[in-house]
Amino acid sequence: MIEQLAHLLGYSFVQNMLIAGVLVAVVAGLTSRFVVARGMSFAVHALAEVGFTGSVGFLLLGLSPVFGLLTGSMVTALVIGSLGLRIRERDSVVGLVMAFGLGLGVLFLSLYSRYATEAIALLFGAITSVSSGDLVLLTVVAVITTVGLGVMYRPLTFATVDPIVAEARGVPVRLISILFLMLLAAAVAEAVQVVGVLLILTLLITPGATAERLTAQPGQATAWSVVIALLATEGGIVLALVTAAPVSFFVTTIAFICYVAARVGAPAVERLRGLRG
Amino acid sequence: MSIDGSNAALQEEPAMCFDRATLAYGDRVVWSELSMTVPQGEFLAVLGPNGSGKTSLLRALLGLAPLAGGTLDVLGAPPRRGNPAIGYVPQHAGFDRDVPLRGRDLVGLGLDGHRWGFGRLSKADRLRVEEALDDVEARPYADAPIGRLSGGEQQRLRIAQALVGNPQLLLCDEPLASLDMRYQQEITELIGSWSRRRRGTVVFVTHDVNPVLNFASRVVFVVNGRWAAGKTDEVLTTETMSGLYEAPVEVLRVRGRIVVVGEASGAGFDLDEPHHFPAPAGAHGGAHAGSHS
Repeated sequence: MIEQLAHLLGYSFVQNMLIAGVLVAVVAGLTSRFVVARGMSFAVHALAEVGFTGSVGFLLLGLSPVFGLLTGSMVTALVIGSLGLRIRERDSVVGLVMAFGLGLGVLFLSLYSRYATEAIALLFGAITSVSSGDLVLLTVVAVITTVGLGVMYRPLTFATVDPIVAEARGVPVRLISILFLMLLAAAVAEAVQVVGVLLILTLLITPGATAERLTAQPGQATAWSVVIALLATEGGIVLALVTAAPVSFFVTTIAFICYVAARVGAPAVERLRGLRG
Repeated sequence: MSIDGSNAALQEEPAMCFDRATLAYGDRVVWSELSMTVPQGEFLAVLGPNGSGKTSLLRALLGLAPLAGGTLDVLGAPPRRGNPAIGYVPQHAGFDRDVPLRGRDLVGLGLDGHRWGFGRLSKADRLRVEEALDDVEARPYADAPIGRLSGGEQQRLRIAQALVGNPQLLLCDEPLASLDMRYQQEITELIGSWSRRRRGTVVFVTHDVNPVLNFASRVVFVVNGRWAAGKTDEVLTTETMSGLYEAPVEVLRVRGRIVVVGEASGAGFDLDEPHHFPAPAGAHGGAHAGSHS
């Protein structure tokens, strides 16, 4: 098995996959922390699904589906951001934007009859076919997202855990919300490359949710989130290479196992510490 | 002490100065033509029924709600967002049980949470956080997940968060709401003693003035867009309060306290939450009441 893996590692498409996996996992892990803390799972779903519409639309025009995905999710982020940022209305705004976007997607799909496989790949993930050109784009998006999150890390944390005081202390809470949505759109477009539109939640929710179970320290939680995203993505790719089962299946399974282990394990560790103390 | 206080007040800017200030959201006037000057070191209680614009007053001071008319100066300058000389304590809302945040982190955010970048607290800043934690005696639970702490412990950390930046002005928006009696006393004591020790100014929004009786030196009472401001015992008189509610209201002195009683019909104020006030120390008259239709 190890030999087989070592042999596979010699191929450039395998190297591309693993590099893409690292890029995607770092972005997803960082973003996931805030997606969970801000309760934005539904928004992630909408960004991905309308991103799908965008990529089918670009395919129709003979353009790059990856750019289409990015465009679709960015436009969605802007629409959601300008229509509703308050918690109360956000849910319905996200839902109605997603419904409209998917409606367009249905139309585009019916017009685009040539390679249905392209569309299927987008829905379930297509990391096996990452080209060197895609890798450049993935790197650019990863750098932008990571730098963006780094720049707004503190005020974003403040506005997320403590929005009322953050606003009183002069944090531009509204601007932060919109900026985060934009970065999230980029992160979604990135993560779709590995797990696809339908399974996007596994990389943008599970790592952050798992990290919250492991530590009360915000910085450590962010680090854990990245580690779990890396474990799920790279582990999933390697297992898929060895077994020939789909990457997405392994990524979602590893992520889910991590969450359950943290959910069950963390309280047990706490109890043990309690007994000792 | 009163002489010292007035001398100092002559030399320095007042903590806040409202001059015919009007606040409105669209067509709805929250309060109008409010004029009041509060010297530094005072403890101002902001009273009035729900929805009368008490929180809006804080938002105006924070530079988050621009005035529709008149002027407002805070520490000698127009209000601006993110003024580091202002600390803010919100209503206790409770954190989610699993939010990855410790008390120490919450206090730290009060110091640098508004700054861009990834950032790590400098050594001096970390020392400041420790001091702030000590001031509210929160050190023993500063490393516990904040969502697991009691309401009183969370509010203590809130106060440390507000005071860690060494503000001159502390704004508190119903900080006692949903706390039990013991915590209400502790929290009020912390805020009041900070004010006395540092000559810091406090603006304390509350629907129940009972817990702040010992500290409130001034009161502004807001009802239906009208207001009355002044020394505690000047505002809380039968005359002023009746004018404010535009209905017969009686201010009773019972066992060293003042209870405001009004007719339930037409007065438009909430008899479910009677307001209690301390007995005046012999002074009377002179409250400035404003009325605007």
